[in-house]
This record gives sequence, C-alpha cells and structure tokens, in this order.
Amino acid sequence: MSAPHSREPAAGGTPRAMTPAERRRAPDPRAAADWTARQTAETNLRALVGRAYPRVRGMFREPSWLFFEIFLPFLGTSAYVLVYRALRAPEAYVGFVVLGGALSAFWLNVVWSMAGQLYWEKSQGNLELYFAAPMSLMSVLLGMAAGGLAMSSTRAVAVLAISALVYAVPFHVAQWWLVAAVFALTLTALYGLGMMLASLFLLWGREAWHLTNVMVEPVYFVSGLNFPVGRLGAVGIAAIATIPFAVGLDAMRQLAFPGSGLLTGTPTPEAEALILVAMTVLFSVAAHWSMGVIERMARSRGSLSIRWQ
Amino acid sequence: MSPTPPDGAPLPPAIEVAALRRTYDVKPRPVVALDGVDLEVAPGEFFGLLGPNGAGKTTLIKILTTLLLPSAGTARIFGFDVATDTRRIRRIMNMVAGGEQSGYGILTVREQLWMFSQFYGLGTREGWRRVDALVEAVGLGEQRLQRVSTLSTGQRQKMNMARGLLNDPWILFLDEPTLGLDVSAARSIREQVLAWKAEIPGRTVLLTTHYMAEADELCERIAIVDRGRILAIGTPAELKRRVQRDSIFRLAVDRLDGGPAALARLPGVVSAALASDHAPDAQHVAVNLVLREDAALGGVVTALARMGSQIRSLGKSEPTLEDVFVALVGRGLADEADDTAPLPPSEADDDLAAAHAPSHDAEAGR
Repeated sequence: MSAPHSREPAAGGTPRAMTPAERRRAPDPRAAADWTARQTAETNLRALVGRAYPRVRGMFREPSWLFFEIFLPFLGTSAYVLVYRALRAPEAYVGFVVLGGALSAFWLNVVWSMAGQLYWEKSQGNLELYFAAPMSLMSVLLGMAAGGLAMSSTRAVAVLAISALVYAVPFHVAQWWLVAAVFALTLTALYGLGMMLASLFLLWGREAWHLTNVMVEPVYFVSGLNFPVGRLGAVGIAAIATIPFAVGLDAMRQLAFPGSGLLTGTPTPEAEALILVAMTVLFSVAAHWSMGVIERMARSRGSLSIRWQ
Repeated sequence: MSPTPPDGAPLPPAIEVAALRRTYDVKPRPVVALDGVDLEVAPGEFFGLLGPNGAGKTTLIKILTTLLLPSAGTARIFGFDVATDTRRIRRIMNMVAGGEQSGYGILTVREQLWMFSQFYGLGTREGWRRVDALVEAVGLGEQRLQRVSTLSTGQRQKMNMARGLLNDPWILFLDEPTLGLDVSAARSIREQVLAWKAEIPGRTVLLTTHYMAEADELCERIAIVDRGRILAIGTPAELKRRVQRDSIFRLAVDRLDGGPAALARLPGVVSAALASDHAPDAQHVAVNLVLREDAALGGVVTALARMGSQIRSLGKSEPTLEDVFVALVGRGLADEADDTAPLPPSEADDDLAAAHAPSHDAEAGR
C-alpha cells in the first residue's frame, strides 16, 4: 500500500484552513469532516474541472467526432444554402442559415449531452458516487457544461468559418461587443436550461427521451433555424420568450446582418439580450432548486440507486 | 485502537444505528427492507454484515452512505446524523461496490482516478501523486495508461478499490467488493483492504458479503442479517461457539430428491443446507448437516439409502460461519431463498437493470 500518512495535526496552534493534504491527515474523523467555506468552494471548483475533464480528453482521444460534428453539419447547412441560392433568395438568407448551423451545435449539445447526461450517469453507476462525494451536484452539472462547451464551440467555429469561406457570407457586424455579449448570454442561458433539464430528465427517466426528440426538430422549426423567426408571427415571439436558442439566434442575426430588412417582427438585440439575462437567472436558479428536490426525492424514495426505471 | 481527538474527548462510535427501519412503497404492498436494526461499530473496527440477497445489507449501507433516508430510527457516522449531516459524512467516507462500472471508458486508469480525486478536492498535482501511489499499491502499475474500457473484471475492481481510497477515508463501505471475481483477484482485494486499514489506527471498514469465508477472514465482528433484522452479532469465534454443542458434518451424495429439506425433517437433525461452495452443475450434492448428536447420523444414512442417494463422502467438521448462518436463518446461502418477502427495490431492480440496461457507447455517457 501507499506510504503511511501521519494523522498528526498540522504544526502551530492557530486554527487555519487545512490544505487538501492536511485535511486527509486530520487527527480524527470529526476534525477531518469540518471544512471551511473556502475548502468547500475549492472542492466544488475542482469537481467542476474534474467533470469537464473526460469530455475535453475525449475530444482529443477520438478525433472521429471531427467528421461527424463538423463535416456532416456543414453538409446540412450547405443543402439550405444551395436551396436559397437556387431560389435566388436575398444573400442574407445564406448568412442566416450559416449562423443557425453554427449555433445549432450548442443546442444539440444541451439536448443530448446535458439534458440526458445525469440519466446516463445513473445507468452507469456514476450518479451514486457523485452524490456520495463531498461536492455540490451543481459542480458536476457545470463541469458537464464546460466540457460540452469546449466541443460545441469547436464545432460551431469550424462550421461558421468553413461555411463563411466556402459560401462567401457577407457579415456586417457593427457592434462587436454586443455580439460577444449576446453570444455569451446565449450560452449561459442555453446551458442553464441544460442543467435544469438534466435534473428533470433524471426525475422522468425513460419518458424523458420522448422529450429529447421533441426538443430537436420542433425546436429548430419554431426557433427559425434556417429562416428568420419573425416569419412565424406569434409562434416566433413565443419561441423568443421561452427558448434561448431562438432568442440568441435572432439577436445574433440582427447584429450580424443589420439593415437587411428581413428580420422584422422581433424585439431589438438589446431587448433580446435582457431576455437572455432573465433566462440565465431563471434556468440557473431552477437547476439549483430542482437538483436539491431531486436529491431529496431520490434519498427518500430510494430511486437513486435504481439504474433503470 | 482508535484515534483520540486533540481535546481528549472520546470519539463517538464509527457507526451508531438505533431502531432503524426502511420501507419501500412499491406495489402490490410495501416492502420492509430494514425492520428495527440496532448496531454499533467502534472506530477502527472491521465489521461485517453477512446475509443472503434481500436481507437488507445494501439498504443499510445506502443509508449509512447518505444515499437513502431511513423511514424511522437514527443512524450516525462518527456522531454525524445521516439524514442531516450528509456533507460532513461525505467528506470522511468512501464506498466501493462489487461489479461497479463507474467512470468513463474513454479515460485511462490514471485519468479516471484523477477525475475522481478532484471530486474530493485534492489539489491537481496532489491528485496525480495520490493516484500514482494507489495505482501501484493495488497492482495496476502496468495498466495505468490503459483505457478503462479494456480492463478485465478483476482489474476494474482493483481500480474501484483505488478510487475508494483516494480521499483517505476514515470509514470505508464495501458492498460485496469481491463479487464475481476469481480467487486470485478476490484475495488481492482483501489484502489491499487489510493493508490499507492497518496503516492508520481508527480507519473503519464495514463490509457486506455473502461469502462466509471472506467475512471470517476479514471481520473482527460480524452481524448476521436476514429479512431486515439482525439475528446475531459477535466475533467469528463467538458466533461459532453458538453451534459448537452440535455435531457438524459435511455430506456429499450423488443426488438428493427433495433437497436438503428432506434431511432437515429427520429426527436429531438441527439443520441441513446446501454448502455455499456447492456448484449447481457439480456431479454431486454437497450438504452441511448440523445434528444434535453424532448418533443422529445413523438415521440420516438410513434415510439416504431409502431415497436412493449414494454417499460420495462424509466427514465431521468444525463449525463455520455457514453453520452459524444456517442455524440462525434456517437455510443456507446457496439454498433457494424463501421468497415470502420480495427483494427491496434497490437490490431487485438492479437485477432488472442488468437484464434490461440499454446498450450505449462511451460517447453517450461522457
């Protein structure tokens, strides 16, 4: 076995925060169980990094995803570009499609790799270990989001860059700072929603997979993946009020193609940025609350350890 | 021997359980998994829970590891209540279960363990150092850069064992840790646990198992559990003394119509049960017989002849935990369970899960 660890208390009589190594060498279990707020925060941060690690590692270990996650989405985007050009649609439509194709990477990641992830973790037996570790479950969710972001961002940037080059997309961005802010807010709202859905999927079990299917094509449609969402009238407005993908995409289009005259019937980018702020807060709070509810329910009903229900 | 806190006050028991009850609200009727369990384990003790499937062992361990709430009664770990002090308990405990498939197949052994080390707040470099030390300690040095998905069952369980020791827990819960392992791998796991425990006074282990020999070898005290109740607690020697007054025989016959129950009904027979090491596909039937006195053996031999069974071997043996178990429970672990009480969901549904688990690749679970 490993070299014996001394359980002697740290030198010096003044109480201070123990390092993780000292914590493990605390002289008795009751002392080892008492952590300061800083130690708890450090552990949560490390847990976030730890959970993001397999996703980031996986990116480099299995490069086949580059084909599936970049080339295939590029083909899908290309199909719409060719259709619009064949119909002699305004050139801005090509930009709408390319932007939609890039941002859809994040939505797919939220639906498939965030929402369903805790459910997979449960079926693999990881969830029990997550619950039994001294970290917050929110760290796990944030770690999943951070890892997912790394892969999705690569896909989004690649699809955007390749499509923009191949199809000569005419971007006319005037307010870069607002584009950056809207993009960041879109991601926080999207992944906030993903964290909330992860808890709910855990609660609903198998039935949740039906929801996953509902959340792809129908959401693409009401969010205007390949066309301006304003064309849908009230449905489009409802999507902007509820779906971060829809509002983020519309705001980015307005900022990237100003004055095209095609993006009518939706709020201004500034207003949509505020909607994204509200969504971020709402989804994050809901995720935190639902995670607590799920844990209490799971501990009470004994469903935490049932791997298939 | 247990550690003494700096203030000199004695440590509370490592495990303190009082009137613990757990029911599952399942149809057609609620299942009582734990029915008034009282238990105390001292700091530094190696304690075993011995019982058949459905006895309530896993339910008890899940309550003690804060994964499940009691329906009634209390449970404390080093004085911390499992219902309200979960965070504190989680900082000083860890758990390893048999057949555990945790983690991500795409990671190497070393990476997977490092990931788990972060969940316990170990520093980045400290985590790698700890992982490297444990990987060597459990004998996975050669596999440290191998992907988890390519490990054998025994190697995987060694890795799980290393995971369970990452945070240097004060109390380690082992739920059937050698389940499904070959003799050599199981021995290796047992040696690892014993070596780890011996390093620091106060490290406590709770082991659930239905391998009698394992419990006998490892545990300082054992509780025999059946249908949610503790039937007896004591050291292995104390428990064996309970059946010392009886005569114990190991019998092998070519066939046994009516099973061990046919022998258990004979005059002078205290109990008869299939031996736990009896293989279902063996060419003979091995039975552990507990008799009130040696003279009762004549009646057993006569009855076997009447049933057409041919004796392959017959020998008198010292009492084992298995004999204690049979005497207390009324059946052996290898016998068909009397299913008047269904399995609690945490155990029954795991079997269901194994049968119906969806197939998915490493990507999906990443």
